[in-house]
Amino acid sequence: MPAVRTIRSRTVVLPTSNIDTDQIIPARFLTSTSKAGFGKHLFADWRFDASGNPRPEFELNKPEARGAQVLVAGRNIGCGSSREHAAWALQDFGFTAVISTEFADIFRTNSLKNGLVPVLVDEATHAWLIANPGAEVTIDVESGTVTLPNGTIARFPLEGFARYCLLNGVDELGYLLSKSDAISAYEQAHR
Amino acid sequence: MFEKVWDDHVVVPETADTPAVLFIDLHLTHEVTTPQAYTELRNRGLRLRRPDLTLATMDHSTPTRTEQVFGGVPIAIDSAAKQVKQLEANAHEFGVELFNLQDSRRGIVHIIGPELGLTQPNKTIVCGDSHTSTHGAFGALAFGIGTTEVGHVLATQCLLQRRPKTFAINVTNSLPAGVTAKDLILAIIGKIGVSGGTGYVLEYRGPAIEALSMDERMTICNMSIEAGARAGMIAPDATTFAYLEKTPRAPKGDAWAAAVERWKKLPTEAGARFDRSIDIDAAALVPMVTYGTHPGMVAPITGSVPAEGDAVFQKALAYMGLAAGQIISEVPVQNVFVGSCTNGRLSDLRNAARVLRGHKLAAGVKMLVVPGSQNVKRAAEAEGLDRVFLDAGAEWRESGCSMCLGMNGDLVPSGHYSISTSNRNFEGRQGVGARTLLASPETAAASAIRGRVTDPREFS
Repeated sequence: MPAVRTIRSRTVVLPTSNIDTDQIIPARFLTSTSKAGFGKHLFADWRFDASGNPRPEFELNKPEARGAQVLVAGRNIGCGSSREHAAWALQDFGFTAVISTEFADIFRTNSLKNGLVPVLVDEATHAWLIANPGAEVTIDVESGTVTLPNGTIARFPLEGFARYCLLNGVDELGYLLSKSDAISAYEQAHR
Repeated sequence: MFEKVWDDHVVVPETADTPAVLFIDLHLTHEVTTPQAYTELRNRGLRLRRPDLTLATMDHSTPTRTEQVFGGVPIAIDSAAKQVKQLEANAHEFGVELFNLQDSRRGIVHIIGPELGLTQPNKTIVCGDSHTSTHGAFGALAFGIGTTEVGHVLATQCLLQRRPKTFAINVTNSLPAGVTAKDLILAIIGKIGVSGGTGYVLEYRGPAIEALSMDERMTICNMSIEAGARAGMIAPDATTFAYLEKTPRAPKGDAWAAAVERWKKLPTEAGARFDRSIDIDAAALVPMVTYGTHPGMVAPITGSVPAEGDAVFQKALAYMGLAAGQIISEVPVQNVFVGSCTNGRLSDLRNAARVLRGHKLAAGVKMLVVPGSQNVKRAAEAEGLDRVFLDAGAEWRESGCSMCLGMNGDLVPSGHYSISTSNRNFEGRQGVGARTLLASPETAAASAIRGRVTDPREFS
């Protein structure tokens, strides 16, 4: 997974709360056996009409959304299905961080496992971001902060291990494999 | 109870900086969320640590039409056919037991684990599917994971986990006649909200829970994730043991007696502290139906869509084509789905058939009945339930996830109202533009007869 230290980008705002992973990537696109290429189907049923034409009023289709790496979403983003394809689709589309006041558990885990930074902010920061779509923000993984253009700095929680993985672009599997002796001991004791 | 299961599976304890390494006793897998994990293993030159604790089935993208399952007619969706082939190849290469498309034991992953008796109290169980919470009905700690974590379990039989908090759902009194486990869990989600359980493991307890059958308990735990919970659990008791004793892969003989003795120590002690708790009075409940686009938007079948709400509520009603304050029982129904890991077990089919027996589907109504497993299908046919559905004008299919998420092409047409025994009423879940109303099998059957949302108690 890619290392991520600092993200400086404009935001795209989807203020809706409870955006479920079926919206992020509908089930009919899950028959792929690869991680690549889900970006073109991101929010497929919100982005495109029945004939497959982009809906110009949808935030991700607006010209100002182009190149934005930070998605600001309403509370409880990523609820529902455990499909990691949701994180892959957001990344493949170009997002490197998602900001919300609440993340569904599995979506948050899946995001961290892929280097997509889940930025949990307080209500006031969130309200400002919702009210100012397209704002240029700076997310710093090392310090766990997001800086708004008005100078406000908001902290977001990130435990040490997750921070280390993000900063160094390492997946957790290597760490788990390094615990092989402890796993063997557990298996012996629980036969 | 949760703490006991957790503590029993800690390989390396958590610290301020690192999560715990948690041992996994059972890894259930299917075709949709594993291919990328096997690719990762292959790229790193890794094998499965414990193929003996891993089982594969195919359910999400598989066809339900008999001719495509058994008749040699190709699977209609090419990419789905490829995914199924890929699972066969991966299972073979990595030595995983697989129930393939024609296997008589195949079914939805959360139906077959309990059916086989692999789901047991005090086990940790994971699967790349959010409805893994189902298995908590046996006093297991069971939760859904993403594909990266599937790879972790394949390679190490362990996961990195933070200890969740505990949330007691105390259900007092008993469910009135005609009110089901599905109605109860919908009411619970309506009360705590779709993120009310985030960060928690729910423990359902109290007399109304103790009175439930295993099938009903699975319906409850299945939808824990719809409240955002990590998992849902119910303490094992005589009902649990009676169910498991008859299953093929539960311990046998002396091992069975020893297991039951261990399992009896699992329930939470009286007076134990939970991080959060609520009380629900089962006696006050009526059948429930969702009206919106998440499972927390739920109303009594005797009531109305709320009169007002926020922007999300307005957006949901616009999608659903419903008006604020609209009477629920006036909502028309064109599509009926009975099945899924929520309500695709034998008792669910019996309950739907009991309402439907001797009736015909209303004009313009299509109904799909999809057993949760091939075992459920055979058992239902042995009782003649298939005839009840077919005589009413419904379709009777092979097992799978089917119209719960429509991956396999079993879809609800755009704009149609679908009363469904499944677990999610998200926009487009059952097909682009489909309008899903979640309900019990009884309510689905009653609504099929009338062609509008109907209280099943009218047929009792």
